[in-house]
Amino acid sequence: MGSVLGIIVQRLALGLLTLLVVSIVIFIAVNALPGDFAQAVLGQGATPEAIKSIREGLGLDQHFLLRYFTWLAGMVQGDLGTSFAQLNFASNMGGTQLKTVAEQIAPRFQNTMFLAGLTAAIAVPVSVALGIMAALYRNSVFDRTINIATLSSISSPEFFLAYILILFLAVLNPVLPSLSNIYEGMELSDRLVRTVLPALTLTLVVTAHMMRMTRAAIINLLASPYIEMARLKGVSPMRVIVVHALPNALAPIINVIALNLAYLVTGVVVVEVVFVYPGIGQLFVDSVKNRDIPVVQACCLIFAAAYILLNLAADVMSILSNPRLRHPK
Amino acid sequence: MSALVEINDIWIEGRADETWMPIINGASMSLNKGEVLGLIGESGAGKSTLGLAAMGFARDGVRISKGSVTFDGIDLINASAAVKRDLLGKRIAYVAQSAAASFNPSHRLIDQHVEGPVQHGVSTRVESVNDGIELYRRLRLPDPDNIGFRYPHQVSGGQLQRAMTAMAMSCRPDLIIFDEPTTALDVTTQIEVLASIRDIVEQFDTAAIYITHDLAVVAQMADKIKVLLKGDEVEEADTRTMLSDPKEDYTKSLWAVRSFKRPGKAAVPEDATPVISVRNVTAAYGKAVVLHDVSFDIHAGRTVAVVGESGSGKSTAARCITGLLPPLEGHVEFDGEALPLDYRKRNKMQLRQAQMIYQMADTALNPRKSIGEIIGRPVEFYMDLKGAKKRERVRALLDEIEMEPDLFIDRLPSELSGGQKQRIGIARALAAEPKFIICDEVTSALDQLVAEGILKLLARLQDTLGLSYMFITHDLATVKSIADEVVVMKDGRVVEQGPKDEMFTPPHHSYTDLLLSSVPEMDPDWLTNLLAERGVDNLGDAAADRM
Repeated sequence: MGSVLGIIVQRLALGLLTLLVVSIVIFIAVNALPGDFAQAVLGQGATPEAIKSIREGLGLDQHFLLRYFTWLAGMVQGDLGTSFAQLNFASNMGGTQLKTVAEQIAPRFQNTMFLAGLTAAIAVPVSVALGIMAALYRNSVFDRTINIATLSSISSPEFFLAYILILFLAVLNPVLPSLSNIYEGMELSDRLVRTVLPALTLTLVVTAHMMRMTRAAIINLLASPYIEMARLKGVSPMRVIVVHALPNALAPIINVIALNLAYLVTGVVVVEVVFVYPGIGQLFVDSVKNRDIPVVQACCLIFAAAYILLNLAADVMSILSNPRLRHPK
Repeated sequence: MSALVEINDIWIEGRADETWMPIINGASMSLNKGEVLGLIGESGAGKSTLGLAAMGFARDGVRISKGSVTFDGIDLINASAAVKRDLLGKRIAYVAQSAAASFNPSHRLIDQHVEGPVQHGVSTRVESVNDGIELYRRLRLPDPDNIGFRYPHQVSGGQLQRAMTAMAMSCRPDLIIFDEPTTALDVTTQIEVLASIRDIVEQFDTAAIYITHDLAVVAQMADKIKVLLKGDEVEEADTRTMLSDPKEDYTKSLWAVRSFKRPGKAAVPEDATPVISVRNVTAAYGKAVVLHDVSFDIHAGRTVAVVGESGSGKSTAARCITGLLPPLEGHVEFDGEALPLDYRKRNKMQLRQAQMIYQMADTALNPRKSIGEIIGRPVEFYMDLKGAKKRERVRALLDEIEMEPDLFIDRLPSELSGGQKQRIGIARALAAEPKFIICDEVTSALDQLVAEGILKLLARLQDTLGLSYMFITHDLATVKSIADEVVVMKDGRVVEQGPKDEMFTPPHHSYTDLLLSSVPEMDPDWLTNLLAERGVDNLGDAAADRM
């Protein structure tokens, strides 16, 4: 078990290094984009004076490296900074109530986690169960139907799936709301009802990977001598799959689940737009459009951290699923 | 009384590409309650397939095309899956060749043991756990109260094989199929497992089909023996008749294999410089020291057999000689000069002189290269031959290993038999024109007749080319037939070494004695006598020693 702790510490340290590299890459990338915040806000008809004054107000006239290290210094002290939009608004209107990036992102991030959590709660059990059934009845009509259905859903654009679901579940049979505009202080039950449609859409997107990996990982083991042994002991086919094959197939399944969960945190902006869901994806896209570097940086760090943590969790669970490592000689 | 199992004119086929190839052509057998049938033949003879068919089971890609299997009046060919599932594990049980691979790595032994009784509703979990512990005790497993609560990887191969026999016994079946249960074990472990199996089968009056390619083993275990050759029945008779008076030529040839012996050679002159001299070598993998102060010499034109159980350090010693594993202490001399410890620091000349032939010819040959390319590579690398000269040399090498160059030079390894692949491995080693070749268990994956051919080839090459061999093996019959000198290893140390004749005549070191006396002999009373000689307690001690 000591080795597992060692791995966790090592991977977390590597993760921090990764975050640093991500922040540098993002900073350079956003700077490499044509235009900056001032130009984006003022549009094409802006006078050079107006642009200059905004730039000076936000410190955009300073050297690139200086800006990065100023941001980094704040970051390591836990200060994600303040969005350019907020600062600009405040300097024009004279307001004093500035929302920091952290305050701006927090509710959006919670919403994203809520949607990802709900999707995972539906998608993971369904995919693993379908994968087990497909492995059990492999090459049957059931197996082929499931494969075709999940492949079709993953091959269709997300907005298309979303509109199909809206058509059937909100328009033709109005059982669910087509808009998911949730807000703070909403009842949990209301929240859930409004989040079901986007969660179902995302479930259709992520099921194929997880289900197919579950099926493949199990079938891969079916030629093993210990599976033959189980059959020769007269164990029922279902028990052969669930008790004898599945525990040995966990590592690859866990890794694919982790990848898909990371996608749910970071890649769902299209679904958010379709359902008007106030998640972090929309905020991120808007910020990139406005070259609002502090917000872009914060979002990217969150996305990167999600990938790192989920992959770390997957690796640790894969290790723990191996009895050789859980019970050394 | 009708027989317990009755197989009548059964035909079995296996899928190969798009067609069905015959595996078993019309075999029949019948087995009474409490009777043990030995099923012998070379690999590919269809022994396992026939054994599984006796359970009404065919592997994926295999089908029973004709014939009948009746178990206690139940037609297993036409029985529904549910009826067969009810019999399997409960009344018919199976013990697989590799217990290490056939126990599920994710579950404790005892959980796998009780699965049958609990699933079949034979007994409760608690009863079955207690019964399992009792069976472990009867099978003389160490610490029977607790060993079941370990995972498979925490238990040694011989113990696992006994735990699997216990598992097969868990529902007190009427019939057990033993599929080469001791083939993967060392000789000393094999004895313990054989004795355990024989005792418990007798105690519960269980009928058994015992599948093996080892005649001496089957002689100890079976009441009657059936010989198979490429899916055809050769003959069947009770054990003593079969051993003393085989009728068919094929059976006689099987019986005769063990008679190949090389004539002894003149003694090495006192002042001769050995080709390879291993000097006080200590080596480790990471922190685990696996070789302790090992020394031995190999002289020109001679064969030194290094014997010992798995894990005794035989292959590690070879890795030290080739420089794949630089020793921590000590060194290796070639013709009296010290070799650099690490193979990366050796020059081409030094590398050329020590070549290796591997156990698994299957995995040691690149499956995508033709035979010509495989042998041509070292010819080009070491001898700097190219184009027509290289091809000429490859053809000469193929001639040397008695394979027709025109026929084989453009083939891929997958188009060769196991014995032919091993010959290619030999040719590849010869291509470097070495003085010294390490043969690492080169015959242990081969059938006896094929293995004999390889041994004869190696002996002839030694005579014509003056080669020296280091012959790593755990098979003492091979040692008897080919070695000049013997080095016995145990736990990374050399326990005894000397000329073969001395080693095979008493008095021995006690461990050498244990090894030698553990090699099964064709006499059907051998195991009984040996156990009586050693005393059962003694056997237990031997087991405890090795814990």
